[in-house]
Amino acid sequence: MGTIYILWLRQVKKYFRTPSRIIGSLGQPLLFLLVFGFGFGSIYKQAGQGDYIQFLAPGIIMMSVLFTAVFSGIDLIWDRQFGFLKETMVAPVPRWRIMFGKTLGGATVASFQGVIVFIMSLFIGFKVDNLLMLPMAAIFVFLIAMLFTSLGIAIASKLEDMQGFQLIMNFLVMPIFFLSGALFPLEGLPRALALITRLDPLTYGVDGIRESLIGIGTFGIATDLLVVVVIAVILLGIGSYLFERIQA
Amino acid sequence: MNLSQQNGDIISVSGLTKKFKDFVAVDDISFSVKKGEIFAFLGPNGAGKSTTIQMLTTLLKPTDGKVMINGNDPAKNKDAVRKSFGIVFQDPSLDSDLTALENMQYHAVLYKVPKEIRGKRIEELLRFVELWDRKNDMVKTFSGGMKRRLEVARGLLHHPRIMFLDEPTLGLDPQTRNHIWSYLKDISEKENMTVFFTTHYMAEAEKVADRIAIIDHGKIVAMGSLAELENQTKTSSLEEAFIAITGNTIREEQVNGVGRMRAMQRLWGRR
Repeated sequence: MGTIYILWLRQVKKYFRTPSRIIGSLGQPLLFLLVFGFGFGSIYKQAGQGDYIQFLAPGIIMMSVLFTAVFSGIDLIWDRQFGFLKETMVAPVPRWRIMFGKTLGGATVASFQGVIVFIMSLFIGFKVDNLLMLPMAAIFVFLIAMLFTSLGIAIASKLEDMQGFQLIMNFLVMPIFFLSGALFPLEGLPRALALITRLDPLTYGVDGIRESLIGIGTFGIATDLLVVVVIAVILLGIGSYLFERIQA
Repeated sequence: MNLSQQNGDIISVSGLTKKFKDFVAVDDISFSVKKGEIFAFLGPNGAGKSTTIQMLTTLLKPTDGKVMINGNDPAKNKDAVRKSFGIVFQDPSLDSDLTALENMQYHAVLYKVPKEIRGKRIEELLRFVELWDRKNDMVKTFSGGMKRRLEVARGLLHHPRIMFLDEPTLGLDPQTRNHIWSYLKDISEKENMTVFFTTHYMAEAEKVADRIAIIDHGKIVAMGSLAELENQTKTSSLEEAFIAITGNTIREEQVNGVGRMRAMQRLWGRR
């Protein structure tokens, strides 16, 4: 318990100590909300779909959770580079606890980032449909945060340095975001695209939080929840497996 | 209790070998270190010093050979071995975005130092290395010597039976070096703690080590007390003995990705 807690604490402390990073990472979601929200708003309305901000905000919340979570996981590479990982690796504690504590910490930070974006979206006109469903939305945020922090750690366990980082951003993280239905409805898509979106774990997170916040969804909350939990558990497993095999 | 412990050997190594693909980094070495002894492990760059330390401290699996650390095999009984030693790595290993105190607390929790004595022991050690006044400062504001002292204090926090130090005084001024060694010796004597260290400063090894081993090309080429090594080589200082044994050629070290990145970071001055 102590191990998991101290690893969690370290991650959270470091996050709150760098307000510039927190503010910096709010720029992108804000830009997306404003530019897409108001830019596509009228077309979306003409198509008879209603208010685009309502549709978009849950997707952008998940976007910031996705990015923050993957980064929190990948910053394992910095720990390794600055040698701090070695200190942790020679400690007489099971490595899965280290991995789990770090994942919890990263997920906490990513969830917090999601909450800030949620509050931000309220200011530009987003309205929650059913306040009683807010806890459900929070659960989706946290699960998606766990899922992608684990993914980040799994990737970082296999990378020796930051050289591959751009590759991961452009060929993994960005596609996960753009293909998740965060920006567009999942109905009426071309066949291939429809298939790909359904293979993207973030799709179910976005669908789940959208259903929770504005009551509009494609798969239903139960399905969303099940898919996200299963994939999160699998990635947590893969992450611990790879983490355990790091030779610092 | 096994044989090696009865002999008073806290570290015993026989036939230890590590191969990386077709490169033999450590080649069939055997030695032992007694309880309470200060043991210097010397060798030119790339001789296999750090690789050996990594194998003794559970960070690397040996290709072959047998190791016993405080009665346990680091390849099999990792956690028992990990509990028994403290370590100062060749590269910095502090979290520079945490304070000195937080770095210590992190270590204390990982090594399960009981809560009741945690605070007291941390204070004791930080005072010992003269960093108590700076306990709430971020480590990134520390000089190289202060970081080193903090690492030594951290390594001693869980009262290890063995202290591994991989070039602990690299790049430090003579004052800091003396300072670090005087308290290491002090604790070694008081608590019968074994010290296993590597260094490139021959004078340092001469001054503090009870026994010295010299490794080159992955093999131990000489071992004994200072007097024995000087006798063997008919020289009058460790430096001369060292050169006599290992020759004059300058060695190249293999560097992996992480090492490359650290070098790059040093160049950019991030640290």
